[in-house]
Amino acid sequence: MNHAAPGSAFNHTAVTHTGFVKSGWAHTGLVKSGLVKTALVKTAVTKTVVAKAAVTFLAATTAVGSNPVLNLGLFVGFVAVTLYIVHRVSSGNQTTSSYYAAGGEFTGGQNGIALSGDFLSAASFLGIAGGIAVHGYDGFVYSVGWVVAWLVGLLLVGEMLRNTGRFTMGDVVAFRMRQRPVRVAAAASTLLISYFYLLAQIAGAGGLVALLLNITGKFGQSIAIAVAGAIMILYVLIGGMKGTTWVQIIKATLLLMCMALITIFLLGRFGFNFSTILSQATQHNSLGNAILTPGTLYGKNELDFVSLALALVLGICSLPHVLMRFYTVPNARQVRRSLVWAIWSMVGFYLCTLVVGYSATALVGSDAIVHAPGGENSAAPLLAYAIGGSILLGLVSAVAFATILAVVAGLTLTASVSFAHDVYASIIKKGNAEPRSEVRVARLTAVIMGVLAILGGILVNGRNVAFLVALALALAASANLSTLLYSLFWKRFNTPGALASIYSGLGSCILLITFSPVVSGASTSIFPTVDFHVFPLSNPGIVSIPLSFLCGWVATMIGSREENPAKQVEMEVRAMTGIGSGLHS
Amino acid sequence: MALATDTQGRHSVSPDGRFLFDSDEDADRGPDFAAIRGSAEFGVLRRRFRRFVFPMTALFMGWYLAFVLLAAYDHPFMAIQVLGLINMGMLLGLAQFVSTVVIMLVYTRYARLRLDPALEAVRASSGEYS
Repeated sequence: MNHAAPGSAFNHTAVTHTGFVKSGWAHTGLVKSGLVKTALVKTAVTKTVVAKAAVTFLAATTAVGSNPVLNLGLFVGFVAVTLYIVHRVSSGNQTTSSYYAAGGEFTGGQNGIALSGDFLSAASFLGIAGGIAVHGYDGFVYSVGWVVAWLVGLLLVGEMLRNTGRFTMGDVVAFRMRQRPVRVAAAASTLLISYFYLLAQIAGAGGLVALLLNITGKFGQSIAIAVAGAIMILYVLIGGMKGTTWVQIIKATLLLMCMALITIFLLGRFGFNFSTILSQATQHNSLGNAILTPGTLYGKNELDFVSLALALVLGICSLPHVLMRFYTVPNARQVRRSLVWAIWSMVGFYLCTLVVGYSATALVGSDAIVHAPGGENSAAPLLAYAIGGSILLGLVSAVAFATILAVVAGLTLTASVSFAHDVYASIIKKGNAEPRSEVRVARLTAVIMGVLAILGGILVNGRNVAFLVALALALAASANLSTLLYSLFWKRFNTPGALASIYSGLGSCILLITFSPVVSGASTSIFPTVDFHVFPLSNPGIVSIPLSFLCGWVATMIGSREENPAKQVEMEVRAMTGIGSGLHS
Repeated sequence: MALATDTQGRHSVSPDGRFLFDSDEDADRGPDFAAIRGSAEFGVLRRRFRRFVFPMTALFMGWYLAFVLLAAYDHPFMAIQVLGLINMGMLLGLAQFVSTVVIMLVYTRYARLRLDPALEAVRASSGEYS
């Protein structure tokens, strides 16, 4: 079955026109038996109305490859400027505190922009705009989850996490537990989630290169992925948390400004009437009026959509690289400010995405979008070309590529810090690690993680790995959130409970996804030729999230009642007030 | 046992002395957490925090799930046109954006007016003025 997979994956790509960087929702809709049939029918219909579409399509394809030199120039310019800044800000990255958490020196505003930068990944920037352009309303529904989820961070997690921990999630969940097993569990969860998320991001890099530089060969794309990975490793090694955060801030600012200007331009073009945009969009989308109502993407399996929505809203603020961002500011009050900034910019960004998505259909046409290299994800770049020519296209593409770099760098850093802090320093060295050697271990882990990401990225390039984003969110919501909430709010929670909630969350997610249509049984599966799927949903969240809460509760009740009362009291006071953490208010 | 737990995971104090974790010596002269935990001031802070955060979480989660369930199962309702082509589904989705911002503003105001002063009171009574 292994030898069958690549060919089939390739066919799938060709049939559904969904080449790369799809975010989780795309997958949820697509990975269902019978859906490819729909896609084929759609393609057939498309071919009959081809006359006008073909012209646009041809224009689009040439447009995409129109100016690789300009695109490359803009991108190299971005890398050069950011590398210089990373180098400038990163002096004295020898201590764990500065390398892991930028010494907690960022302001709430800076960190808030960086936080939103973590989320404006290629998947959400290109993916959601494309989703709205092609599927309409269902793409928008997906973006709502990305906004609401920040309230979990603001109300429940952020400030208390900052008060209690220092660098990692393990600091908080292991605070009053037996260090060794709980830290290992926390690190396992962090590494697993970060790697899945990392793979999803870097797999998109290949497709984006195709779009940017007109490199269509697999070998050329592999080289591009390797170069991108190498730049990313460089950011992490030189810059640590401070450098990576600055890259994130620069990128997010560019992206937000870019989107805001395009949106204002588009609104002006349509006479500041959103309804006009919608009406034009329905005329240029093969789905017609259906793009204004739910069901185009998630209509086939409603429960799967509810499961995805749950994983989204609970998973986003439990992702390890987001949790780690809360440590880069001096105190809990600045965490609050970070989240306020992040929420404002996310709301603004997704409002712009709504306009950009529907306008892309209105001005470029959904057929041209799905036929362009990169499929749905090309909606924003194609729209940029339609309104601003090759310069705007180059700008948008370069920003999109920068986005992948910055997000991947943040993920690599998170994984390496978790390993160095939770596993190497706390367990292997039993808390007596030299700061310098600990940072060295973190750097080494970053290199290993980066190389693994490059290899993985080359391996999955062009395949449908969109499910990885949804899986990472489900993992975070199941393994991390339950454990964090219990340890922050439940006095009795103990070591067996923490281990149970982390491992049951991780285990059930992996198990359910293995036996889901994502892996086998559907024509869009990783192994379409075999069928061993027993779980009907492609997102495990609706089962795994309650299960991890339940397992954590049961194991706690079975375990000892008073594990470490002194530590429990200390943690409760510290989480609420920050007293004892040495933080300056 | 307790001592062993205390020393683990509290390593690598940064040279500049910030983010100092309670090492063994600090644990001896560190804050009396049990006393703070039992103080009236801490009770006020804790009560104010939980009284706001728990209902608010229930509220926004319930409201978000209601929206998701409507989008998943009640397509005719979401298709009701309200203003031009802008329908119920679009309005409810945008309302999620608005409610997120409103809850954020209400929380930050509540935190500024009710939580932060309560926190200062705890710090003052525990002798931590930092």
